[in-house]
Amino acid sequence: MAKELLKGNVAFAEAAIRAGCEAYYGYPITPQTEALEHMAKRMPELGRVFLQAESEVAAINMVYGAACAGVRVMSSSSSPGVSLMMEGLSYIAGSEVPVVLVDIMRGGPGLGNIAPSQGDYNQIVKGGGHGDYRLITLAPATIQEIIDLTYEAFDIAEKYRAIVVVLADGSIGQMMEPAELPPMQEVRKREDRPEWSLTGAKDRDPRVITSIYIDPAEEEVFNLQLVEKQKEIEANEVRFSSLLLEDAEIAVVAYGTAGRIAQSSVKQARDEGIKVGLLRPISLYPFPYDEIGKVVDQVKRILVVEMSGGQMLDDVRLAVNGKVPVDFYGRMGGMVPLPDEVFEQIQELNTKANA
Amino acid sequence: MTDKKMAEALIFSKPESLTAVPTHYCPGCSHGVAHRLIAETIDEMGMRENTVGVAPVGCSVFAYNYFNMDFAEAAHGRAPAMATGFKRVNPDMNVFTYQGDGDLASIGAAEILHAAGRGEKITVIFINNAIYGMTGGQMAPTTLPGQKTTSSPLGRDIEAHGFPLKMCEILSQLDGSAYIVRRSLHDAANIRKAKKAVRQAFEVQRQGLGFSMVELLSNCPTNWKISAQESLVWIEENMIPYFPLGDFKVHPAIVESKKG
Repeated sequence: MAKELLKGNVAFAEAAIRAGCEAYYGYPITPQTEALEHMAKRMPELGRVFLQAESEVAAINMVYGAACAGVRVMSSSSSPGVSLMMEGLSYIAGSEVPVVLVDIMRGGPGLGNIAPSQGDYNQIVKGGGHGDYRLITLAPATIQEIIDLTYEAFDIAEKYRAIVVVLADGSIGQMMEPAELPPMQEVRKREDRPEWSLTGAKDRDPRVITSIYIDPAEEEVFNLQLVEKQKEIEANEVRFSSLLLEDAEIAVVAYGTAGRIAQSSVKQARDEGIKVGLLRPISLYPFPYDEIGKVVDQVKRILVVEMSGGQMLDDVRLAVNGKVPVDFYGRMGGMVPLPDEVFEQIQELNTKANA
Repeated sequence: MTDKKMAEALIFSKPESLTAVPTHYCPGCSHGVAHRLIAETIDEMGMRENTVGVAPVGCSVFAYNYFNMDFAEAAHGRAPAMATGFKRVNPDMNVFTYQGDGDLASIGAAEILHAAGRGEKITVIFINNAIYGMTGGQMAPTTLPGQKTTSSPLGRDIEAHGFPLKMCEILSQLDGSAYIVRRSLHDAANIRKAKKAVRQAFEVQRQGLGFSMVELLSNCPTNWKISAQESLVWIEENMIPYFPLGDFKVHPAIVESKKG
C-alpha cells in the first residue's frame, strides 16, 4: 500500500478498524476528537458498532461490556477523560478481558489545556486505578508508529487478556505525516470468539466475568496470577529504539514527541562532535530497565527529556541505580521543547561530563 | 402410583435458569423472589441459552452465582453502560441488568438515564428497598422522608438530604423508554403481577421496542430492623403511597397487542 498524508487521530482510528476492531465507544475531547469522528463515519459503513457515550465513565464500561463478548473493542480519549476511565480500567484489569485504549495527552492538571503534554505517564504506566495491576503502555513518536502500535495493540491485548494503552500526545494526534496503513482485517466471526467470552450458556456451563474475590486468600491467588502474567509481559514486550549509542558518552532518554525532538538535538550535537546518543523507550510498561542499565555501563551522564515535570525520570533513575548522574530537562503545561533547547542541555552536560 | 408422584413433583420445581446454590440473602429478603420471577420468565420464553445478565454492586453482587446463565459483574452503577456495550455487539441476545436503588438511582443515575434515553434494547430489573443493604443500612436515593437509616439516624430530613428519586416517573418521560412499570413483592397477588411485568419487559426487548424497566418494591427486614412479616406490611403502608404502583410507560405496540 502507498503512503498517504494522515492526521494522527485519523490514522490510529483507521489502524484500529483495519485490526478488526468491531466496536468503538467514546466521548468527544480535544485533542483526540477526530478519532471519534472518524469512527462515527467509518464503523457504521462497515456494519460495525460506533456509539457516543454520555461520559468517559460510560464509554469505558461499554468497552468493558463488549470486551466480555469477546470482540475487538476500543476507546480513545485525552487526559481528563482518561482520568474518568480509571475505575473502569481497574475493573477490566481485574476481569482480564482484552481492551485497547488510546490516550492523546494534553496539558494538566485539572482542565489544563488542549496542548501536547506527557503528564499522564504516572497515571497510565503506574496503574491509575485502584488495586494491583499494570497497563501495557506503548508510546509512538510518529504517525507511522501510532498506526503500527495501535494495529498490533489488539493482538497484544488478546495474547495477555490485558489492557493495552497507546500513549501519545496532542502533537501526534493533531499533526499530519505521510504514513502507510496496514491491510484490512475482517471482524472476528461469532463462532471464533474466545472460550472465556459470554456467548450464551448453550450446551455448556455458564460463564461469569467478574473481578470480585471476596475471600482474601482467593484474591491473593488471583493477584499472584496477574504478577506472573506481568513477568511474562516484562520478558516479551519490551520495545525501544536507539540511535548513535555505540560510542556515546552521554545518553538522552526520551519517549514519544520528546524522543523525536531529542533525536534532532542528538544529531545536531553529533555534528558538533559531541558523543551523544538517544534511547527512546517505546514500551513504557514494560519499561526497558535492562537496556538503559546496559547503556549506563558506557556513558558518563544521562539526560532525561520529557514534556512533564519528570515522571519517566523515576524509572530511568531506577534503571541507572545511582551509577551515573541523571539530569532532567522538562517542559510542562502544554509547552513543547525546541530541538535547540535540548541541544543546549546536551552541550552543558558534555561540559560537565568532561570537566 | 409412581407416575402420579412424578406428575406431582413437576408442578413446582426449580427453574432451569436458577442454580442449586443456596443464596446469601437474609431470611425474609425478597431478592430470592425477584430472582425466581426472572428465572421462571426466561425459562418460559426459552431464552436461557441466549441471555446474558449484568450484576450490580450491592446485596445482589453475587446474583451470578444463582442464575444458571452467562453473567458479567459491573462496577457500581455502571451495569446499564456495560449492558449497552454488550448488547450493541450482540443485538440478537437477551440482555438484562439487575440493580438496587443505590446502584441505579444514585451512583448510576447518569448511566440509567442515558441507557433509557437511547432506547437501549435491554431490560432492567430495579430492586427498590429504600436502603443500602450491603453496606449495612445507609440512606438510599429512595429512602423515604423521615425514614431512619444509619446515615440518617434521626430520619431522612428533606431539608438536608432532599427528596427520594422516583425513577419510573423520571425514566417514563424519555422517548427511548418503551416499558416502565412499578410493581411490589409484598404479597402473592402483587408477586404474580410483578411476574407478568417481568415477562412483558423481556417481550419488549425481544421485539426491539426500546428500553424496558420493571421496578420492584422490595423489603429489607435486616436493615429496616423489623421482622420479615412487618417489612411486607411496611412496603404496603409506607412505600406504595410514595412510590405508587402502575404502568408509567407502555409502548403503543404493546397496548395495541393487548387490545387485539
